[in-house]
Amino acid sequence: MKKRWLCLFVENEIGVLARISGLFSSKSYNLDSLTVGTTEDETISRMTISIYSDDQIFEQIKKQLNRTVEVIKVIDYTDLSIYSREIMFLKIKKCTEADKTGIFRFAQVYNVKVLDFNKTTVLLECVQVENENDKVIKLLSERFDNPFEIIRGGSVAIEAV
Amino acid sequence: MDITGSELFVKALREEQVDILFGYPGGQAIDLFDALYGQRDIKVILPRHEQGLIHAADGYARSTGKVGVCLVTSGPGATNLVTGVATANYDSVPLVCFTGQVTTNLIGNDAFQEVDIVGITRNICKYAVTVRNRQDLGKIIKKAFFIARTGKPGVVVVDLPKDIQSAYGEDTYPQTIDVRGYKPSNTVHDGQIKKAIEALNQARKPLFLIGGGVNIAGAGKEMRQLAELTGMPVVTTIMGKGAIPTSHPLYVGNIGIHAGYAANAAISECDVLFSIGTRFNDRITGKTDTFAKNATLIHIDVDPASISRNIAVDIPIVADAKKAIEILLKKSNRLDCKDWLKQIMAWKEAYPLTMKSKGLTPQRIIEEINQSFQSAVVVTDVGQNQLWATQFLELDENRQLLTSGGLGTMGYGFPAAIGAKLGNPQKNVIVICGDGGMQMNIQEMATAVVHELSVIVCILNNGYLGNVRQWQEMFYHKRYSGTCLRYRKRCESDCSKPGKSCPEYTPDFIKLAESYGACGIRVTQAEEIKAALRAAINNLSAPTVIEFIIDPEENVLPIVPPGSPLSEMIMEY
Repeated sequence: MKKRWLCLFVENEIGVLARISGLFSSKSYNLDSLTVGTTEDETISRMTISIYSDDQIFEQIKKQLNRTVEVIKVIDYTDLSIYSREIMFLKIKKCTEADKTGIFRFAQVYNVKVLDFNKTTVLLECVQVENENDKVIKLLSERFDNPFEIIRGGSVAIEAV
Repeated sequence: MDITGSELFVKALREEQVDILFGYPGGQAIDLFDALYGQRDIKVILPRHEQGLIHAADGYARSTGKVGVCLVTSGPGATNLVTGVATANYDSVPLVCFTGQVTTNLIGNDAFQEVDIVGITRNICKYAVTVRNRQDLGKIIKKAFFIARTGKPGVVVVDLPKDIQSAYGEDTYPQTIDVRGYKPSNTVHDGQIKKAIEALNQARKPLFLIGGGVNIAGAGKEMRQLAELTGMPVVTTIMGKGAIPTSHPLYVGNIGIHAGYAANAAISECDVLFSIGTRFNDRITGKTDTFAKNATLIHIDVDPASISRNIAVDIPIVADAKKAIEILLKKSNRLDCKDWLKQIMAWKEAYPLTMKSKGLTPQRIIEEINQSFQSAVVVTDVGQNQLWATQFLELDENRQLLTSGGLGTMGYGFPAAIGAKLGNPQKNVIVICGDGGMQMNIQEMATAVVHELSVIVCILNNGYLGNVRQWQEMFYHKRYSGTCLRYRKRCESDCSKPGKSCPEYTPDFIKLAESYGACGIRVTQAEEIKAALRAAINNLSAPTVIEFIIDPEENVLPIVPPGSPLSEMIMEY
């Protein structure tokens, strides 16, 4: 079992996202994250999908995606040199002045941007690879007892030049 | 010149050489039916229920090799197709299903008879699409037929909103279409073929396993030549049965959970298993890690996703069965496997498929069918009737079998036979079904009567949902839960035995057939089978229902218990 990455070029049509996500659910494939957006060609959307699976299931997933009429191309990013980034927002609540100072210092060290704050709340933005975002969550929860709210965007990836 | 969407729809059907359309009208399909009115190129058949309709289109498509076409209205018309969509798609049957839809501005408003049929069928068909612009209509219909009939054939659903049907637009229908995400395999990999031949040349116990893909590709003749050229024995799946004549000296039988001993033993003992057009369904493999465990596996399939999915394959070949077999015919040579063949045939002789009981047995009935029809399309329903039929039917190039192998849809047989008869008016079309499945689409008797279709319906009536009852008998301590069709309100809820005091069966199939204007014959003795079949053959202008009253507790044997290896067969019970 390991983490895999796929890049999909699909028709930019109503229902295609449902077709792809439906394929994963109907075959009981475990989907970690899926992002989708338009490309330079407005008739094509591009998806970045991460999956945690063994070799056999992963081969089957690729075949199933390839035979889907709406899928134009499937690229396996797992062993390719790629750049990937995920956007994540963190809203840290019930902060004291001391908490805020600590969080600002934390932000400087861990490549996190302070987007907004008020008396008790700080809003952070992290754009990094998925693992680094995992690390930020872990460190923050270790160092601060404050309740926080997270939203993660899922990774987008592209091949290196 | 501008024409309406409905007019373009009819033009498209003509261009696709559609001669029969299975249709049931409704509010959102009325424009399409209007455009079909009065023309003579496309015959419109009105079945009595949309499920019967799509099974009829399926039987038509399977028996003719053409694309079956359905046209129904929105909402319930569309949802009634769903079982048939899954049935046909599972067995790779080419269908194009047009569904009416509410006008585009009402979609999503929970309008009257609105349903998201594209969303509902997305995971059970090859492609589903709603036409949202009149200018795309021709292109989408072209694409639908192209996708349905090429590659691994399947079902395409085209949802047509009412305003698209009535909107004016161009009258052109494209001659060709390019779908960038859909490129069915057209080639055969030379290197893989070479590897396959090398494996065969080293084999001492080679075996062909033939699935439905060979029949779909129309490669029966070539397959037979390849078997004869190599001298290799052949086993089939249910869907592959008939790919080579069942009387052929190289043919062993079906494999799987109700196979004969020899075929399953051959799988367990072979050293090279050359499979073509099968997806190694759980009904044929038994416990997968013991399946053909001594063998090098070669697998030809047009669908890459069917290869190494259930059973890991050593030499995969993605190709159309016919193209691959044609190449193999040029490159293969005779193999030294006489002793192996002798061994298999000795097994076959020692453990023949046969029924112990006497009298009016399903085996006897099916053997009489074998003798009475030199050319025929035989359609089964699902359950014991299907399993007996696939055990005892003799098939060759003139006798074809249609059966719902993948989804196993009860109620399939009779309407599919109607479609088969419409597509093959000169051939005898025989249904082998149970009393349960017959009642699932019995309303289609009216369709058969009004079109004067002399379909011969053989109901094997045991008063039970026999296949489930058999499992209850063998694996659930005779707890006949919900399987007795003689049950009446007065019966005990824990009955585990049929007897003389059992209530009368309902319906009376003979009177029912007669009320529709069909002919009904009840057979209770083996001696009456031949005469009943003869009477049916002579009834040329209406269906004949022959009700065979068989032993209520007749079983399908042998059987491989669920989850067991193929070698662990229960031969007698």
